[in-house]
Amino acid sequence: MNKILIQGNHVIGEAAIRAGCRFYAGYPITPQNELTEYMAENIRKVEGGTFIQAESEIAAINMILGASAAGARAMTSSSSPGISLKQEGISSMAADELPGVIVNIMRGGPGLGNILPSQGDYYQATRGGGHGDYRTIVLAPDSVQELADLTMDAFDLADKYRNPVLILADGMIGQMMEPVVFGEPRPRKYDESYVLKGAGKGRSRFIRGLILDALKMEEHNWKLHRKYQAIEQREKRCEISRTEDADLLIIAYGTAARIAKGAIKRSREAGMKVGLIRPITLWPFPDHVIREFSDKVENFLVFEMNTGQMLDDVKLALNGRGHVHFYGRPGGVVPTPVELAKVIAHHYNNNRSLDED
Amino acid sequence: MKKVFGKPESLKDAIFHYCAGCGHSITHRLIAEVIDEMGIRDIAIGIPPAGCAVLAYNYFDIDMLEAPHGRGCAVATGMKRTLPDKLIFSYQGDGDLAAIGTAETFHAANRGENITVIFINNAVYGMTGGQMAPTTLLGQASTTSPPGRNAILDGYPVRMSEILALLEGTKYIERCAVNTPANIIRTRRAIKKAFQYQMDDVGFTMVEVLSQCPTNWKMTPIDACKWIDEVMALSFPPGVIKDIKGKG
Repeated sequence: MNKILIQGNHVIGEAAIRAGCRFYAGYPITPQNELTEYMAENIRKVEGGTFIQAESEIAAINMILGASAAGARAMTSSSSPGISLKQEGISSMAADELPGVIVNIMRGGPGLGNILPSQGDYYQATRGGGHGDYRTIVLAPDSVQELADLTMDAFDLADKYRNPVLILADGMIGQMMEPVVFGEPRPRKYDESYVLKGAGKGRSRFIRGLILDALKMEEHNWKLHRKYQAIEQREKRCEISRTEDADLLIIAYGTAARIAKGAIKRSREAGMKVGLIRPITLWPFPDHVIREFSDKVENFLVFEMNTGQMLDDVKLALNGRGHVHFYGRPGGVVPTPVELAKVIAHHYNNNRSLDED
Repeated sequence: MKKVFGKPESLKDAIFHYCAGCGHSITHRLIAEVIDEMGIRDIAIGIPPAGCAVLAYNYFDIDMLEAPHGRGCAVATGMKRTLPDKLIFSYQGDGDLAAIGTAETFHAANRGENITVIFINNAVYGMTGGQMAPTTLLGQASTTSPPGRNAILDGYPVRMSEILALLEGTKYIERCAVNTPANIIRTRRAIKKAFQYQMDDVGFTMVEVLSQCPTNWKMTPIDACKWIDEVMALSFPPGVIKDIKGKG
């Protein structure tokens, strides 16, 4: 196993190519340009590999749609404002049940915002994002190694459920360098019958999202819904750490979870029993894990680099049980572990004094 | 008895939903005939638009992939790059191609994508009920230019074929019509040439078809056919706009 030092954005490209991605289209936007440049440099070296610098984010996602229907493992990447533009195509791919991987290296928003790390796109990512009744699988890595692993998983999940998969990271993970070992990609399992390649000697087929008849459209919606239910049953992932004796649980993902790990270490050193639940899939959301902990733990602190979005999912998971606190910094501010440790101490001690009353 | 006329194999046994006198049915048939004649039904993939022809997959007996509104050329790009040996064509109306999909069309043409665009120009948004299109003529009334298109308020009709011909990536562009038997034969010839160029890896080809829309023009089918020659052709002159055969 060769361990190499590599930047997050490059890792996505390398893992994608190793996983068999043969079609990439993208449009320049910071802080993910290194990924587009990596694909420009490397995907064309692989047999059948296509790189296109698209004229727009909209064109890029629609190229992915075409390439995916034609049987390619296809990927596009962007950052927040660009992901907004791609939503039409993501919705269409969900409707058409086409696999595809979309990378969002989030930056501050709304609007053009800035180019600093943020988690402001949680709602957009986990609620479908575009129009219509659909979901996308959302993977949220917290290290460069996990970025490599989840990028490979993303292609498998996209094929398995014939659905778009989002990799939701931020400028911090995209820009940082860490040692990485690339895993062995699994052989692709994707039925040839889903691929449009001309009717050949057989019957012609078509792929479409337009279903004018209300009952047939409803049937399609329920069919998608059943698929999403199956994904919810099988694909929830999360990491739990230092939870065994915890009085207070932090719930954080991605870069915020890394910060939380640092803060928890400090808090533990100061004698506070604090643990972490880190959702790895943001949709489907690992609500069952959070719910189970509510039997033992009274206080939960949701920590995000936004004004409180995953907070809703945590409250839904707990359904009124326990106390849910929130700490967040939007706009591209990256809080420090020291800062978060102070917040932890505040809630921890408040809780203590309540208990003693 | 010798069979002299029949349904092309590349068309399904379905009845077109198009209005009486509409040019879509004729153009569909021409495409299907050309595909049959060239023997490429097994490798042809069509990309219908959002618009009146959105249901084209109900009529063509070839593989088809719906594109979101205006994105036909981007979807076609993704397909063709993945399957370079297949015949990939998009079928797009004027709103789809020359308004919401201008960027996708322009840049696919500029990259010289080896695809064929069948561009149906009927100077209105048909399916949504006759609104002003980018190709609506000056003075032409539509539901969103009720007194007639006014250049000062609404701008000018867009001549996409001429615009795209300026790009080095485009190899063959011809404007035809389906309003008379002679024009229908010319259109059929143009479609065949465009498909042949694609099979020969020449590059981006487009056939613009001036297509009558009696319903939204509020004319009889006969008057609509006459209007193409007498009025529309003045703004959109038929003919070969560009033809550079050679390896692109």
